[in-house]
Amino acid sequence: MKIVYDGSMDTVLFKDILSTTIPELLENNPDIIYLDADLMSCIGMYKYGMAHPDRAINCGIAEANMVGVAAGLALAGFKPIAHSFGIFASRRVYDQAFLSAGYGQNPITLIGSDPGVTAAYNGGTHMPFEDMALYRALPGSTVLDITDPAMLDNILRQISDRPGVKYIRVPRKTAAKVYKSGSEFEIGQAIPLRNGKDAVIFACGIMVHEAMQAAKELAQEGVDVAVVDCFTVKPLDEKTVKQYAKTTGAVVTAENHNKFGGLFSAVSEALALSCPVPIEYVAVEDSFGEVGTQPYLQERFGLTAKNIYKKVKKVLERK
Amino acid sequence: MDAQLKRELQDFAFRIRIACVEEFKALGFGHIGGSLSIVDTLAVLYGSTMKIDPKNPGWPERDKFVCSKGHAGPAVYATLALKGYFPMDWLTTLNKGGTNLPSHCDKSKTPGIDATTGSLGQGASQALGLAIGDALKGRKNRVFLMTGDGELNEGQIWETAMLASARKVDNLIWFVDNNKKQLDGLVDEIMPLGDIGAKFSAFGFHAQTIPGNDIEAIYEAIEAASNVAGKPHAIILDTVKGSGVKAIEETFDNHSITAKAEVYDGWLEALNSDYAAFKAL
Repeated sequence: MKIVYDGSMDTVLFKDILSTTIPELLENNPDIIYLDADLMSCIGMYKYGMAHPDRAINCGIAEANMVGVAAGLALAGFKPIAHSFGIFASRRVYDQAFLSAGYGQNPITLIGSDPGVTAAYNGGTHMPFEDMALYRALPGSTVLDITDPAMLDNILRQISDRPGVKYIRVPRKTAAKVYKSGSEFEIGQAIPLRNGKDAVIFACGIMVHEAMQAAKELAQEGVDVAVVDCFTVKPLDEKTVKQYAKTTGAVVTAENHNKFGGLFSAVSEALALSCPVPIEYVAVEDSFGEVGTQPYLQERFGLTAKNIYKKVKKVLERK
Repeated sequence: MDAQLKRELQDFAFRIRIACVEEFKALGFGHIGGSLSIVDTLAVLYGSTMKIDPKNPGWPERDKFVCSKGHAGPAVYATLALKGYFPMDWLTTLNKGGTNLPSHCDKSKTPGIDATTGSLGQGASQALGLAIGDALKGRKNRVFLMTGDGELNEGQIWETAMLASARKVDNLIWFVDNNKKQLDGLVDEIMPLGDIGAKFSAFGFHAQTIPGNDIEAIYEAIEAASNVAGKPHAIILDTVKGSGVKAIEETFDNHSITAKAEVYDGWLEALNSDYAAFKAL
């Protein structure tokens, strides 16, 4: 894996990866099968889906049935990958994912697109700030908040071989480019992006870029902050988290999610028992989403480099 | 239907009912009404129709049975034990700590259980996924699904019916145990379903409505379904909740019954007496 972060946006869209890598997997592995609930067009899968109705099953606007059918396909020996918007792929189908797939030991992958503020113009009704909390509570699950298109591509190629319910939250547009195309990632292993001795920022998803910007700003003031990409929210890389918490003695978490049940919770749970240090968070307060552009919503909910900067200053005072 | 086969399956149904009531007796309570109402269908499926191998329950080419009304698991367990999937004495462990026979069907625990169910509506989608998946894998098997009538309240049921019809999944045979009752009372009073067969027909199914505690009618309906291609099949079973034990049939609140051992003994005595009379014929 090679880190190529310079603050610029990736010219490749997440949607481009979904619409090329998934068909490639379907063509190369007869056990993989794709399901959607009338949102194939939203991630560029419509053309492939219409041409290959036995490889890509459009279940109509019926997400609960889609997840149950995916569990049934797993029973028949397939490795299903099902997509819908994050809200539908999480809270609308939670009982089906929990029981038919999780409890029933039928491994499936769910892709929830447009997590948190990346739902933007679809607004509060379509804005999942709770999806990671839900899926973290499902025994044996994997919860990933994807950082950039290169990561998405590699994760898609390995995710179907994992047991349990896998939940991948990923925007459809793009994000800052962090990793070189072709990079390989290990689920359960966080990625240190920047070293620092004064504090560490554990970030995931779109907040990795904000964390890097905050660290840059702080560096100009002589504050030396580490940044770790914690895309693998579950399983959390507890070893790396503890190591950085111990060496810096001050932690800030940053996520595009409610402060309950996501990365802040996971990091706090990991550190509370063995390495208690001051922790601050940047996350959505206990509130619903709303409509607007992504930059507006990031400001509205405090999901910004500026807010991370403030929280680092705050946590340093508690050190 | 061949007369000898009919008699064999009737005999099997008696044995399932007796084993099922004994299973509940060991626990003292349970979902006995909706277990007994599906026994005749289980006797036909496991006694004749289904292509299965109790010594190899994971055989991919086998026919599969998904009991989406997962609380009727005890009837399925009695059937599976009699078929030799596991020892008969497991039946006395129903619902006890560490058992392989939980109240609701769990394929990870019980040999012969093909899908994990319990949250109503979910077995239907899994059965559909199995039927689609088996066909895509080139298997020639069928998937048999059992839902309750109260279970049809669940929206997921009709999502499943739409997709089954849209994809013309004709290796799916869907039974509805129309025993007219759900937990709180009569289906007609809580959520009237009208003509269930007509509903499935309207959804694009090949639908039949038959006397659901009649071995011959069940057998013939499955045969009839086998002769219709290009559509999923629905067989609406007009059943009696608690079927086969008069005292349970006549108990209004018979979804789940708690009773003393001597009450169970009375039910078993009646069942054994009916079975002896049948054998003497």
